[in-house]
Amino acid sequence: MEINIQKRVLEKNETEADKNRAFFKNNKVFVLNMMSSPGSGKTETLCKTLGKLMPEIRVGVIVGDVCTTNDADRLEVTGAKVTQINTDQFGGDCHLAAPLIDASARQLGCDDLDLLIVENIGNLVCPAEFDIGEDARAVVLSVTEGEDKPLKYPLMFQVADAAILNKIDLLPYLDFDAPLAVENMKKVHPGIPVFEISAKTEEGFDPWLEWLRTKVKEKLGIVTK
Amino acid sequence: MHEMGIAEQLVKIALDAIPDEIENPRVEILNLRIGKLAAVVEHSLTFCIEIITKDTPLENVKLSIEQVPVKIHCLTCHKEWETDTPMFKCPDCKDGEVKMLTGREIEISSLELADN
Repeated sequence: MEINIQKRVLEKNETEADKNRAFFKNNKVFVLNMMSSPGSGKTETLCKTLGKLMPEIRVGVIVGDVCTTNDADRLEVTGAKVTQINTDQFGGDCHLAAPLIDASARQLGCDDLDLLIVENIGNLVCPAEFDIGEDARAVVLSVTEGEDKPLKYPLMFQVADAAILNKIDLLPYLDFDAPLAVENMKKVHPGIPVFEISAKTEEGFDPWLEWLRTKVKEKLGIVTK
Repeated sequence: MHEMGIAEQLVKIALDAIPDEIENPRVEILNLRIGKLAAVVEHSLTFCIEIITKDTPLENVKLSIEQVPVKIHCLTCHKEWETDTPMFKCPDCKDGEVKMLTGREIEISSLELADN
């Protein structure tokens, strides 16, 4: 006997993500989900980004890692409100799902924030699959990785609303072909804005900050209308 | 890497769908639809299902997976096409924004119970 079901397997996560979206809307906070492979420089990019956005924009961060609070410790120095999620001390989930974000966002408190950044777990596969109720997604690729990463992990680059190419200060020392990396991103996601930056030297930050400021203001504008 | 979580959800949905009045139900086949771009590895999913269905009505269940092709829609010229490679540029307009119509599905469409 065949029993018809027709259900999306991630429906539960999607329902939770919708609840998060409503919570963020009520709190008038723009939520950015930042994803990348491990070691691309997400945390350093965030540290510098927070330093430049605050206090004009009030920022909070949820940091996801399998283990350690190292990233949260680094981010706290900026003065932003930070909370850390550890998925498991000995090898846990490889992504942040919507229910975890719900608990952390409430714990952090969002009523005094304009922007909440979720630094996802370093992984180019799984986080792309899980909606957490965010407004936008950014993916970070660094020049110490391969130019073909967007072609190897197409879903990640397809679902992202913006891409950052980080560590460009290292380009003189590497064989990395930056225009090819950008071209590969655009093959997977035509029209995606790509920001070439160095989180270390702060080169190229202005267009990235402008994109983020505009997004935050758009959301706040829409909500307060 | 997240196949275990997906397997757990699948099993939960399947168990909920078995009518209460059936005695000693045994699920033979789970019919799934998985998009080609969904980050699900069939081999890992099968392995996870095997582990977590022991001593349940789904023990020894077979996964029958329909692969859903990646279908793209160009928001500029409205061309639609299927692709086997992660090149989503519109062949006509080249740099326009595109939208993925299908290819990310992770769905359970039905289950097949053994005749007791």
